[in-house]
Amino acid sequence: MIKLSSLIVGGLAAGLTLGAQAGTLDDVKKRGTLSCGVSTGLAGFSQKDEKGKWSGLDVDVCRAVAAAVLGDANKVQYKPLTAKERFTALQSGEIDVLSRNTTWTHTRDTSLGLNFAGVVYYDGTGFMVSKKLGVKSAKELDGANACIQAGTSTELAISDYFRENKIKYKPVTFDTSDQTRAGFESGRCDFLTSDQSQLYALRIGLKDPKGAIVLPEVISKEPLGPVVRQGDDQWFNIVKWSLSAMIEGEEQGVTSSNVADKLANGKPGNKRLLGGEGELGKNLGLNPDWAYQVIKQVGNYSESFERNVGSGSPLKISRGLNALWKDGGILYSPAMR
Amino acid sequence: MLKQKTTEQIKAATRKTESGSHAFYNNPKYRAAIYQALLIFGLAYFFFTIISNTFDNLEAAGIKSGFGFLSNAAGYDVLMSLIDFSSTDTYLRVFIVGFLNTILVSILGIFFATVLGFIFGVMYFSTNWIVKKISVIYVETFRNIPLLLQILFWYSAVLATLPGPRDSLSLGEAVFLNVRGLFIPKLVGEGGSILVYLALAAAIVGIFVLRSWAKKRQDATGQQFPVFNTSVAMVIGLPFLAALVTGFPFVIDYPALQGFGFRGGITVIPELMALTIALSVYTGAFIAEAVRAGIQAVPHGQTEAARSIGLREGKIMSLIIVPQAMRVIVPLLNSEYQSLVKNSTLAAAIAYPDLFNVFVGTALNQTGQAIETIFMAIVVYFAVNMFISFIMNRFNSNVELVGR
Ligand SMILES: N[C@@H](CCC(=O)N[C@@H](CS)C(=O)NCC(=O)O)C(=O)O
Repeated sequence: MIKLSSLIVGGLAAGLTLGAQAGTLDDVKKRGTLSCGVSTGLAGFSQKDEKGKWSGLDVDVCRAVAAAVLGDANKVQYKPLTAKERFTALQSGEIDVLSRNTTWTHTRDTSLGLNFAGVVYYDGTGFMVSKKLGVKSAKELDGANACIQAGTSTELAISDYFRENKIKYKPVTFDTSDQTRAGFESGRCDFLTSDQSQLYALRIGLKDPKGAIVLPEVISKEPLGPVVRQGDDQWFNIVKWSLSAMIEGEEQGVTSSNVADKLANGKPGNKRLLGGEGELGKNLGLNPDWAYQVIKQVGNYSESFERNVGSGSPLKISRGLNALWKDGGILYSPAMR
Repeated sequence: MLKQKTTEQIKAATRKTESGSHAFYNNPKYRAAIYQALLIFGLAYFFFTIISNTFDNLEAAGIKSGFGFLSNAAGYDVLMSLIDFSSTDTYLRVFIVGFLNTILVSILGIFFATVLGFIFGVMYFSTNWIVKKISVIYVETFRNIPLLLQILFWYSAVLATLPGPRDSLSLGEAVFLNVRGLFIPKLVGEGGSILVYLALAAAIVGIFVLRSWAKKRQDATGQQFPVFNTSVAMVIGLPFLAALVTGFPFVIDYPALQGFGFRGGITVIPELMALTIALSVYTGAFIAEAVRAGIQAVPHGQTEAARSIGLREGKIMSLIIVPQAMRVIVPLLNSEYQSLVKNSTLAAAIAYPDLFNVFVGTALNQTGQAIETIFMAIVVYFAVNMFISFIMNRFNSNVELVGR
């Protein structure tokens, strides 16, 4: 009888282990799709259109990983997550990678059992106010109500800022960005605060986008990037280098349209990146054409940026910090060799 | 003769088995104890394995665990707090802030739900067709619409459409209602105000004394005393008298438009209003049903008997029917109140900073310590509901039929 019960207990206990530690690559290959955590809907970063097709800068990271691993950028299953849900979804193994405008912070990197695989967009916390308010600087916001999304690094940044400047505010924290925007529109709050890129995205969703302005202040560092579970170094490398392939593609001038030509006739660096020479793909446990597929199907960083948040999009965000290091920004890929 | 023999045979047989069962494990008493010990051991082992397994896994996955985070600074602010709170306070304090906000909305909800429930429950028995219909419509509507929808309705469709601070609806320039909430004047007591509070306390104690005195007198002499009217007079009169003597030691702090909104007075945030209204109206519909069931459970003969001794209709309800109906109603109330407390966790949908929202939501997310925060929340909701159960059971034994 004891034996039986210990068998049952052991079985149950084994069933209660957290998500698998290693072998994400094998899991994804076996499943045939990549499970990618994105936002519930944020213009330019991860957004679903009427046909159910996802697009955005964060979505392109999911697509890049799928292209590198499965050879097909469309083999992605998107899981929309609120700020509160995202880390648990990754820890429990529900998603393979989290690409949801998530700030790389020390605490998250070191205590959640997660690893940040790079930076897709360098951002910072900003403020959006109604034009009618006549406010020109965030310092004038003493006593105001703030609409914020719960479970974000914004909650912490804003608290620091008001304390430093010895002014007061009341946070009204909502679960989703839709609620946050609705709170701002109804006048429940005087200002909405979030990463600045998201302010532009939320603004175009307002009934009267011209009635709101984004204040000049940027009060924190919010480097946004994809996240994976700790303890699976191979998978960590794959996500890190899939993103780097997009950035390196821009550095080398490889685009989705000239990629075949660069593979055939390009410089040695082009050939190494695209799998014509060397063993970069093999070292990752992927096909030699991993980066070729990324750039062919998703595009290089510049293509993705302009299409989703830059000149080719309604957001019209300029490259700023997110330009290449050669062009006055801080975007930089480790050496592709 | 034959019979006797049989009995003896049986006795012998019994003796035989008894001698065979001398081994202690055949003694039913010991046997039960052994099984129980085994079960307890098995359960302890089961939970030990689960817990140690969980902690091993957390460590292997690089996830922090333990309750140490409770003494760290939270670093974020909370919309509403019944005690002082700033972002430099600890997660433990966030926990307390959230807990108090949960208790606040639960108490308000339970109070208004009970009032609504009893009003609409009794209305069902009205001889007036319209009054009865209103009761039926209320119950059928609000009981059948999901609570979350009702909360969002009050918050987004009603309160969010109120005008901004500058165009507030106002009542005598003292009470203001706008999209930021309800702003009411606050009575701030000065020096002698303590006397007024004491007078109020004395009046409340007095009511209880008066009630038991009047009951004793009625039992002895049959004479009635206007307890209700006297009580009201005492509660209003005594503090008023004290205020008169001390020269009205109060100032009224009126809310006033300043900067981005109103300052001063008491602010009731729209999140609290929406949640309280939705919880009260929803639970009130269930309580109305419980009240109806309770009243219907009282045999009609009781009403007729009461009429035959000449009681007025109103007295029949309050003296004969409702006290007997309470035997059915109270156990149902118990479960409705417990549901209300659990349902208050829907606060997160509208930014009301209850325990679930500020602790299981934000604190969990900032620290990543899901198991610890959820465990603490479970303990709290469990304890609150045990407390409600305890109170209601005490109350129940008061209204129960006294066996003779
Ligand atoms: N960078 C922030 C995230 C900020 C965040 O979640 N922003 C909101 C903007 S209001 C958002 O993207 N919401 C989209 C959603 O909930 O789906 C963090 O990592 O904590």
